Amino acid sequence: MSVASHYSYWITVLLMTAGLYIVIARGNLVKKLIGLAIFQTSVYLLYIAPGKLIGGTAPIVAEAFKLYSNPLPHVLILTAIVVGVATLALGLAITVRVRETYGSIEEDEILAADRDDPDGA
Amino acid sequence: MSAAQLIAAALLVPAAGAGLLALAGRRPNLREAVTLVAAALLFACVVALAPPVLAGARPQLFALELLPGIALGFRVEPLGMLFALVASGLWIVNSLYSIGYMRANGEPHQTRFYACFALALAATMGIAFAANLLTLFLFYEMLTLVTWPLVTHHGDDEARAGGRVYLGLLLGTSIVLLLPAIIATWAYAGTLEFAPGGILRDAGLSGPALGGLLALYVFGIGKAALMPVHRWLPAAMVAPTPVSALLHAVAVVKAGVFAVLKVILYVFGVEALAGVRASDWLPAVAGFTVIAASIVALHADNLKRRLAYSTVSQLSYVVLSASLLVPLSAAAAALHIAAHALGKITLFFAAGAIYTVTGKTEVSQLDGVGRRMPWTMGAFAVGALSLIGIPPAAGFLSKWLMFQGAAAAGHWPALVVLGASTLLNAAYFLPIVHAAFLRAPPAGEPGHGEAPWTMVAALTATAAATLALPFAAAVPLALARATAGL
Amino acid sequence: MILEHLPALQVTVPLAAAPLIVLVRQSTVAWGVATAVSWFAFAAALLLATQVAGGGPVSYALGSWPPPWGIEYRVDALSAFVLVLVSGVAAVVAPFAWRSVAAELPRDRVYLFYALYCLCLAGLLGMTITGDAFNLFVFMEISSLASYVLIALGRHRRALLAAYQYLILGTIGATFYVIGVGLLYLMTGTLNLADMAARLPALAGTRPVLAALAFITVGVSLKLALFPLHLWLPNAYAYAPSAVTAFLAATATKVSVYILLRFYFGVFGARLVVGELPMPEILLALSILAIVTASLVALWQADLKRLLAYSSVAQIGYITLGVGMASRDGLTAAVVHLFNHGITKGALFLLVGGIALRAGRAGFERLQGLGQVMPLTSLGIVLAGLSLIGVPGTAGFISKWYLVLGAIEAERWWLAALVVATSLIAVAYVWRFVEAAYLAPPGAATPQPGEAPRAMLVPAWLLVAACIWFGLDTSFTVRGARSAALLLLGGAP
Repeated sequence: MSVASHYSYWITVLLMTAGLYIVIARGNLVKKLIGLAIFQTSVYLLYIAPGKLIGGTAPIVAEAFKLYSNPLPHVLILTAIVVGVATLALGLAITVRVRETYGSIEEDEILAADRDDPDGA
Repeated sequence: MSAAQLIAAALLVPAAGAGLLALAGRRPNLREAVTLVAAALLFACVVALAPPVLAGARPQLFALELLPGIALGFRVEPLGMLFALVASGLWIVNSLYSIGYMRANGEPHQTRFYACFALALAATMGIAFAANLLTLFLFYEMLTLVTWPLVTHHGDDEARAGGRVYLGLLLGTSIVLLLPAIIATWAYAGTLEFAPGGILRDAGLSGPALGGLLALYVFGIGKAALMPVHRWLPAAMVAPTPVSALLHAVAVVKAGVFAVLKVILYVFGVEALAGVRASDWLPAVAGFTVIAASIVALHADNLKRRLAYSTVSQLSYVVLSASLLVPLSAAAAALHIAAHALGKITLFFAAGAIYTVTGKTEVSQLDGVGRRMPWTMGAFAVGALSLIGIPPAAGFLSKWLMFQGAAAAGHWPALVVLGASTLLNAAYFLPIVHAAFLRAPPAGEPGHGEAPWTMVAALTATAAATLALPFAAAVPLALARATAGL
Repeated sequence: MILEHLPALQVTVPLAAAPLIVLVRQSTVAWGVATAVSWFAFAAALLLATQVAGGGPVSYALGSWPPPWGIEYRVDALSAFVLVLVSGVAAVVAPFAWRSVAAELPRDRVYLFYALYCLCLAGLLGMTITGDAFNLFVFMEISSLASYVLIALGRHRRALLAAYQYLILGTIGATFYVIGVGLLYLMTGTLNLADMAARLPALAGTRPVLAALAFITVGVSLKLALFPLHLWLPNAYAYAPSAVTAFLAATATKVSVYILLRFYFGVFGARLVVGELPMPEILLALSILAIVTASLVALWQADLKRLLAYSSVAQIGYITLGVGMASRDGLTAAVVHLFNHGITKGALFLLVGGIALRAGRAGFERLQGLGQVMPLTSLGIVLAGLSLIGVPGTAGFISKWYLVLGAIEAERWWLAALVVATSLIAVAYVWRFVEAAYLAPPGAATPQPGEAPRAMLVPAWLLVAACIWFGLDTSFTVRGARSAALLLLGGAP
């Protein structure tokens, strides 16, 4: 048990912070969504990695299989992935509509357009 | 009708009246009739409650449970009875006066005016008959909100500014000071019901804590206009004069000192306060207000402003008397609620009549008005005499009791204040009477006659009542003495 | 049979209605289904509430899988209270939406609105009723995704960016919540809230548990719009369609408060959260900041809808202030204000929806003299505004009473003073409307005389009447809040 053996957690933290950083630091609407997706991916890893036990197998009820890895995180993360996909799709749909309305997907340009023409339809 | 039903009627009649006259808005005569009928009915209900109360009964009505353990409830006791009699009786007279004033001045939004007035009276009855602090607080706030449209009646910038000071000070003091005081009382005493002898006796509060709580109450009840929370009263003078007459001479301001008196007598209890000397600062604050307000009144040229500061001063008479903590001064305070109301409403009626006929608002313009408007200025003179405290006007009775009470308490600063303010009252009222009757009107002024008959009738009635009170004082005196437990 | 499965039907009926509406497509039928579903949900919530009041918590095992292995739906005093609020508001907003949505959305999108409305309702109800931490996340995202779209349907183009911003922040919040739940799952091995509560005391001091608390707090606070994580709210409420603003303002943040209460007191337990950690102090500090800054910002807004949105942030501060007091009266205040603010803001936004219909927008220049052209709407706003201030006789007063009582009983006089002093700011911004509507003559931008349609005015006034009713007859709200508070402080969910 060393710091290095917890590498899955390190990757989790890396993905989490990278994702959040992209969301905050990038003004492009699509890039923000990509950052969000990366952030959500870290959560998948957070759940799944601890579920795998060393020497654990799939939960098959038979003589040869004694130690089971935990199948529940997989189920939970499948749900979470679906939620993430739906969120991404929704975000991209809004981005398409923003592009159609404002002609740009850069946040600062959109905010400037709103400032210059606050009552635009 | 049973006593409980009478209490309910006293609240519902003005409220229903407000609704009915709003519907009758298109037909002014019908609308005015609804007001007068509602006022008469209300007075009848209140008068019907008087005999049992004088005999010692305390009729009560439980409406609903507002919070666990605290009810919206009513109980009629002598002080509330006195207040209700004064307010409801004067509503009739004031309605008559309003009809004359509003029509003569061509005021707009008259339906809204009469409807808010009726609601204000309903709220006043709620305050008068409240059985506990929460019920009192509910109707107290309702009174503030319902009178705001009356204060801002003219809708111009002046009205808006006056309305802001009015609402800001009254809501500010009640929400920031009075409400925490009530909740603290609930937390420490476990009850909010008014009880003779007070409810904070066994609450385990130290002297300074009681003093602090009293301060929260006294300054939180902004309608009592103790300095420095008095500024709403002169600000409210932007309202039409009938509003100033009934509300700011009678209902709203008297609700304030009524609440202060109730708090001192039935929440703290005279013995509890006297024992820990928690209220020793109150006579000083009240005394200061009496003198300071009189001095401001002396220098005010606007007649309504002078009357407003005179009211501030007279209200503090009540608080001063109550804070002396002897039964005689408590009775004097209660009686002054009635006496001042009669005198002040007369003065405001006269001021409004003068404005309606001549358009004059300043004291310096009033030379010779008395010769052309003898009834109006005669009534003004009577009101002034009452406020100065000269027999046989009503004010003499309450002032005499106040002097006696101060002497009984051995509180010589209070005696000095009472004496000095009597002189000040004379100083700012008598010159007006003198100028009106004994000086010639300015040359080249167009002639004018008396005010419309409705207004003259109203002010004559209140002036007559002011003179008659010392002779017909049995009921008010009995109620005042019962309040003090004498 | 229905009664037996009522907890499940509470959620599945709105959930199933959504694809049904998408299939049907016709606007009026869509509205009809949505309204019927909302009314059914309200009836179900009332039935469940009476069941719980009479016989204690109701536990329903989804799919007959017994907890803690299966997903459990658990209705106790707190969740029943919130269910009634959410479904009640939905039942009032749905009839309102008929005219409002028809005016604000293009004809071919109306059925989609109602489908999303049902999804959002299902999500909110599911969040309240479920006893499983991950199931809560699923319903959280169902309602959130639906609400992002509902907001994006607003007329103004800024609704799109508002929805996008809400999407980003809301997803971060939900993901933080999931991280917290993941840590809790790692430590306790269970996702059932009751089971977690039983296993956590032994693990109370460990770092993953503390980290989980932190993540869940931040995640839920984003959804709650607790200062300073409230930045999405003003834009989202200001630009969304009127029915959406009313619905979300009255329900979404309230359910998030419910989640916070459930986790703090029901899962982690008062001993850890209040006794060992400085959570109450943090919550108090943030709440005070929320109340003061949001109220002051509300004062300067040029648009009534934005003003009310900032006022919502401030009022949520009052709710979390009650939570932060963590005493019996403090929690009673929090739960009671959850309800009272829900109906007050619901009423206000519905009435503003009526103004939006007649005037296009609710900027203050269009409100001059509104008392004359739309008297019933103006009067309704005044009465609901009084409830916002906390005038006795209105629902808002009851919340203020318990907040101040809680502060005084904890001997925190400065806190009591703060609560009442900030009410004066509310007086100021409510009176801005009163002066504009009643003291100014109708201006050039004021709409023509004529009230909003009855279909919009009646639901709005129903909520206004509720504000007054629950200010006088407090038996349901105070008793419900008291039981919820005692339940939370007593320990087990």
